[in-house]
Amino acid sequence: MTAGNEHIGQAHRRGNALRHLAGRGRFVTDLALPRMLHAAFVRSPMARGRIAELDVSDAAAAPGVVRVFTAETLNKTCAPWTGTLEHFAGMKSAPQNILAEGAVLWAGHPVTMILAHSRAEAEDACELVLLDIEEEEAVVDGDAALLDGAAPASEGIDSNLCFRTVLETPGLDDAFASAAHVVEESFTFGRHTAVTLEPRAVIADFDPSTGQLTVHQGTQTPYQFQDVYARHFGLPESKVRVIAPDVGGSFGMKLHVYNEEMATVAASLTLGRPVRFVADRLESFVSDIHARDHRVTARMAVDAAGTILAMDVDDMTQIGAFSTYPRTSVAEGNQVIRLMGAPYRMPDYRGRLSVVFQNKVQTSQYRAVGHPIACAVTEALVDRAAEQLDLDPFEIRARNLVADDAYPHVSATGYQFEKLSHQTSLAKLRQLMDYDTLRSEQAELRRQGIYRGIGIAPFVEITNPGAAFYGVGGARISAQDGAVVRLTPGGDVQCAISVTEQGQGTETIIAQIVADQLGVTPDQVKVTTGDTDTTPSGGATWACRGAGIGGETALRAGRRLQAQILAIAGAVLQADPATLALAGGAVIDSGTGRERITLAEIGRIATYRPDTLPEGCDNSLSAVQHFAPTGYPFDFTNGIQASHVEVDIETGVTRLLKHWVVEDCGRIINPLLVDEQIRGGVVQGLGPAFFEECLYDDMGQMTNASLADYLVPMAGEMPDIEIAHVETPTLDTILGAKGVGEAGTAAAGAAAMNAVNDALRPLGARISQTPMTPLRILTALGHV
Amino acid sequence: MKSPKFDYVRAGSVADAMTAYAEADGDAVFVSGGHSVVPSLALRLQAPALMIDLSAIEALSGIDLRDGWLRIGAMTRHAQAMTDPLIATHAPLFAAAAPFVAHPAIRNRGTLGGSLAHADPASEFPAAALAMRAELEIASAQGIRRVPADDFFVDIYETAIEPGEVLQAIHVPCAVAGQMVAFDEIARRRGDYAMVGAAVQAVSAGEGLQDVSIAMFSVGNRPVRAASAQVALTGRALDAPAIAAAQAALADDLDPPDDPQFPASMRLHLARVLLGRVLAKLETAA
Ligand SMILES: Cc1cc2nc3c(=O)[nH]c(=O)nc-3n(C[C@H](O)[C@H](O)[C@H](O)COP(=O)(O)OP(=O)(O)OC[C@H]3O[C@@H](n4cnc5c(N)ncnc54)[C@H](O)[C@@H]3O)c2cc1C
Repeated sequence: MTAGNEHIGQAHRRGNALRHLAGRGRFVTDLALPRMLHAAFVRSPMARGRIAELDVSDAAAAPGVVRVFTAETLNKTCAPWTGTLEHFAGMKSAPQNILAEGAVLWAGHPVTMILAHSRAEAEDACELVLLDIEEEEAVVDGDAALLDGAAPASEGIDSNLCFRTVLETPGLDDAFASAAHVVEESFTFGRHTAVTLEPRAVIADFDPSTGQLTVHQGTQTPYQFQDVYARHFGLPESKVRVIAPDVGGSFGMKLHVYNEEMATVAASLTLGRPVRFVADRLESFVSDIHARDHRVTARMAVDAAGTILAMDVDDMTQIGAFSTYPRTSVAEGNQVIRLMGAPYRMPDYRGRLSVVFQNKVQTSQYRAVGHPIACAVTEALVDRAAEQLDLDPFEIRARNLVADDAYPHVSATGYQFEKLSHQTSLAKLRQLMDYDTLRSEQAELRRQGIYRGIGIAPFVEITNPGAAFYGVGGARISAQDGAVVRLTPGGDVQCAISVTEQGQGTETIIAQIVADQLGVTPDQVKVTTGDTDTTPSGGATWACRGAGIGGETALRAGRRLQAQILAIAGAVLQADPATLALAGGAVIDSGTGRERITLAEIGRIATYRPDTLPEGCDNSLSAVQHFAPTGYPFDFTNGIQASHVEVDIETGVTRLLKHWVVEDCGRIINPLLVDEQIRGGVVQGLGPAFFEECLYDDMGQMTNASLADYLVPMAGEMPDIEIAHVETPTLDTILGAKGVGEAGTAAAGAAAMNAVNDALRPLGARISQTPMTPLRILTALGHV
Repeated sequence: MKSPKFDYVRAGSVADAMTAYAEADGDAVFVSGGHSVVPSLALRLQAPALMIDLSAIEALSGIDLRDGWLRIGAMTRHAQAMTDPLIATHAPLFAAAAPFVAHPAIRNRGTLGGSLAHADPASEFPAAALAMRAELEIASAQGIRRVPADDFFVDIYETAIEPGEVLQAIHVPCAVAGQMVAFDEIARRRGDYAMVGAAVQAVSAGEGLQDVSIAMFSVGNRPVRAASAQVALTGRALDAPAIAAAQAALADDLDPPDDPQFPASMRLHLARVLLGRVLAKLETAA
């Protein structure tokens, strides 16, 4: 007996948004615990050096200071961590511990932790620490880092090559030899960072009387941190509780292990009292992971008809002094080389990846891991090939995108696609943006000296990941999710689930899905997330799993409970459960739709009068369900984006006029939230395409590490974003939903780069570096 | 970051404020709108023992006409520059500059006096004051003096205001017949400090331009008067050759700083482009 689908597919507003608007958010920083101490860190001002002297005696005696920790006193409480995984064969990274021991390896590396009664007092004391560092030459540039004789960026590694891999199909050389045209380009993709509205925040609270550690942490992956803290501090898992309350954005940034969080836990364990650390903006810039930082050389072979034959790609990516833990800093580059050319029929491919250490902040997984790089490189080359062949950008893509009826399909890099809708999406985009009108307007304006450009970029997005992502490499990162759904004695529903909420609306869609299984409304379903003690263990939020995996988990849990409720109802009503269904908060006769008994009545009987149930009737009103994706290793989604820009060719300033997205995330659970995921994702793709960049000087100092100088995209600069959908549900699950969180980010920058180059084309100029700043555009135009 | 500890007093008069400063032996900072001072304290760029709040001092507020000048109290908020009718008429470059300064929340608190006293070379109001040939009224223990804008801006964050002195008001000469102004800037994002900016004022007098006054900003260590460009335009009709001559002359007026992220050649290029555009706007405004 399946329930109806009244709420799945409907545009429900986020309940927790109202709470936040009402000022009722509860973030880590809203929590004040008795006897809580505040942490501040003294950090290395240099990118590379040796600690010659460290004297904390004046700081220890400063007003309000309770304790000062150095590596000597803090690191021994923690087992070192190493950011390698086995499925990245041959990768290496030096072990890390909490505070710098002897060597400082990036500007910002924490050296001393000060705990005081207030953060202000802790900061005052930081100024009293005597830290003398003998500066050493920093490894700054990735290419130089790989030269023979280059000093290693950290201790205990023999070279700066963290990881190298090559993928190659046998036909590659022939493809290039037989090509009518080969287009080639070198790209540089800058470093940027997440800049979440809420910075990283953690309160560790160890109670020595019970041996219980409770960590309140702004993270997307509480279960992962439960495991990390238990293992690295030698605690039983049951004695570690991680609670992620309201989280103000994460985007991948808050799922990595950081020195400061480990220090906070270590300090609480040592002192037996709550310790709080909240990153301020300045330390966010030098300690939150950075993203991207790639140099790519790529060429593409096409035949005379514009058929793409092959790509040959070399990606060098620079990751800081260590690979991050526990997911590594290799996943980004690995996805870059595997996603190249993914939307196309392209049969041959070679991809070479070099992941390189240097003395900068670590880079690692951030929204749309690897996707924007692969997409920008591929689509820039497709546009260049079109130019050579004098083909319209739509036409060359129509000739090469995998046909919608040609699935299942396997890419040249080995990715398996169940069913995508590239050709339908392409046609839909053309209509949505009124392409032909835009082109004639463009031609008209050029005659007036106005340079507008149009760029398009099809993409695929990796979603619903199983264990293939990390688990097979030995990482203790859950590839499954779990839910407990229960009917309360009063007939309401509660769902405790392992997927988590950082503002994207996870809790809202889970309520919609559960509501439909149990015939109630979403506001009758209370969803609990983000607490390892009260929710089942699971992957939480990473790589787009909330809807596809979390939603399926909730659906199956809901159905399990539905069956239990119908069994009880059948017993009470002396009816065959198969003739009953749930709707309108009641058990109904599925044939006639007539109400038989309310859920409240079922709750009452099962809870207060189980004695009235027949012998052997199970009165359980809770159902537990875990779900791990099977079938395809990932559920790929697809879509296509278009960007319309105007480049001021005298100032190099680009105005973003409009952006369009056609997206296929399979079954849409909540169109409102899907569209907002796409819009937010587009903005996070356009940010680094035009504004966001962590700039470093040749000493390894970040030179724009404040929000006065690091430019985040603002509403005023962002274009209107128009969205349309194609729905191709996955058959791997009952729900049919795939992920959508990273789709916007995946291709926004690629479309924008193609648009800028389209605008510059009549002037014979090209740009292949992001962000596309006025300086870079003026340089391309020969004005500087 | 949290600022180090400091004491706070709200001064009732300019004399009180100067006395408080002297009594703190100069280990003090004045605050008006606080949107430059407070961030710099939080960043621990300065750590004064005492903060002296000027915002309640009556003598620092008010906008009125006196002897052919418009007197604008130092506490006048950025937002007021966008709405006050006297400013619109007699100090139109303040009105034109204000929308480019930050965002509404900051404009509601930031003051014209604070902006001029702070003298960020990338700031809009200092350049507008220079272009309007404003005079700055400064109070010291010795009395009150008026300093022309050309002598007021000394260096980056440095003005003719000596430590412990208070900027009381900005005096702008009243508008004359035929006066034209234009203001524009090139910025990465709306509300950002400019990459390059220009404030221009001139009088159209029959046969050609007179009293041409051009202030460029974000091109050096203070707002810069483009004297050669002014000469290139004076007495000429505002046509394409005149504008081109003014643009060419900028090379003599500007010596922009060089930075890998912002080469001097780019600043000069942008300054020329912008000056051309601003002068073109001046033409249509006439
Ligand atoms: C996010 C943000 C964006 C901004 N963007 C811009 C921008 O685009 N363009 C721009 O020009 N500005 C910008 N500002 C700066 C803002 O306009 C400041 O408020 C202004 O520059 C200073 O004015 P204030 O009244 O806040 O001065 P305060 O911060 O109170 O004081 C500034 C300095 O002047 C001194 N001072 C203040 N008043 C007097 C006085 N009467 N006599 C003597 N000394 C005095 C103070 O001691 C201090 O040194 C921005 C600020 C922020 C926070």
